[in-house]
Amino acid sequence: MELVQIQRRLVDYTKSLFMEGFLDAQFLQLQQLQDDSNPDFVFEVVSLFFEDSEKLLNELTIALDQPNVDFKKIDSHVHQLKGSSSSIGAQRVKNACIAFRNYCDVQNIEGCLTCLQQVKQECYLVKNKFETLFRLEQQIMASGGSVPTIELGF
Amino acid sequence: MEVAGEVLASESQLHVLAVDDSHVDRKVIEKLLKISSCKVTTVESGARALQFLGLDEEKGSLGFNGLKVNLIITDYSMPGMTGYELLKKIKRSSTFREIPVVIMSSENILTRIDSCLEEGAEEFLVKPVKLSDVKRVMNDCIMRGETEGNKRRRVDKRKFEDDNHASSSSSSSSSSIPSSPSSPLPSSPSTAATSSPLHSLKRAKLRDHN
Repeated sequence: MELVQIQRRLVDYTKSLFMEGFLDAQFLQLQQLQDDSNPDFVFEVVSLFFEDSEKLLNELTIALDQPNVDFKKIDSHVHQLKGSSSSIGAQRVKNACIAFRNYCDVQNIEGCLTCLQQVKQECYLVKNKFETLFRLEQQIMASGGSVPTIELGF
Repeated sequence: MEVAGEVLASESQLHVLAVDDSHVDRKVIEKLLKISSCKVTTVESGARALQFLGLDEEKGSLGFNGLKVNLIITDYSMPGMTGYELLKKIKRSSTFREIPVVIMSSENILTRIDSCLEEGAEEFLVKPVKLSDVKRVMNDCIMRGETEGNKRRRVDKRKFEDDNHASSSSSSSSSSIPSSPSSPLPSSPSTAATSSPLHSLKRAKLRDHN
């Protein structure tokens, strides 16, 4: 495929992620911070997020499986996950965490279990999206091209 | 013993100590600060921040690597010591209270914001933190460094000239105000920190944020 075509594809794909609510403006902030001195910055931050989220999701699964559920602990984990997803612009994960915390507040175990599934699903989905995004970027770089930046207000 | 505000002008780069328990957020804030031309040290907890400052031993505001800390930016919700507790410890230390402290929080709770500002926080940033937030904070700190420096010199001069008209414009806000989160915040003219127009503008900006 032509370089220009891959670049076009990347732009369209990224826009679709915004349209579908997977990403929000904070992701654009991250991209703005990437430069030649740190060309893998976004990739590194996103990777950190998935490392952290995997640990947190495991902790949450264990915590909800206890005979006496510690809602304070669960709330703390979900709060952390909400924070880091918000920092990378993973909007749907963040929103799922907000819903999760509401069920935590009223100590509704069934609600929490459903939300945990929801959050896991959203993490899984957005991880795939990011993988596609980074793959397209790599293709562009490998062809000697530069990664086009998305402008706000498209 | 040097004080942060006085040295600002002679340092080519501001050294910022960033405190956050989230690995992701530490990476992001570090980048935001570096892009804003700061030297950055990141730590994962309030305890580590105090260790870095050498607060327990009152060695002065030099970090262990010898760099003066010009600004502390900390997350609010952290396990162990919260950002609020860290803020209080810093503001109650004779050595470090001049260092401006900025609080970051994902939760835009008015009573929380007010308590932090009451304890002497420069600013309260709502997460996720953006580049424009960091740039504004850096500008405010530079401005503050200059005006505080001038104020201090004027106050010292005045003390020599006339002892009876002492310090209604004292720049060090060490008087402790009881913070009662359930009641609306009273305006407290006794503290320079809360009576400055910049401060009430900050509160107004924060209220409009969401």
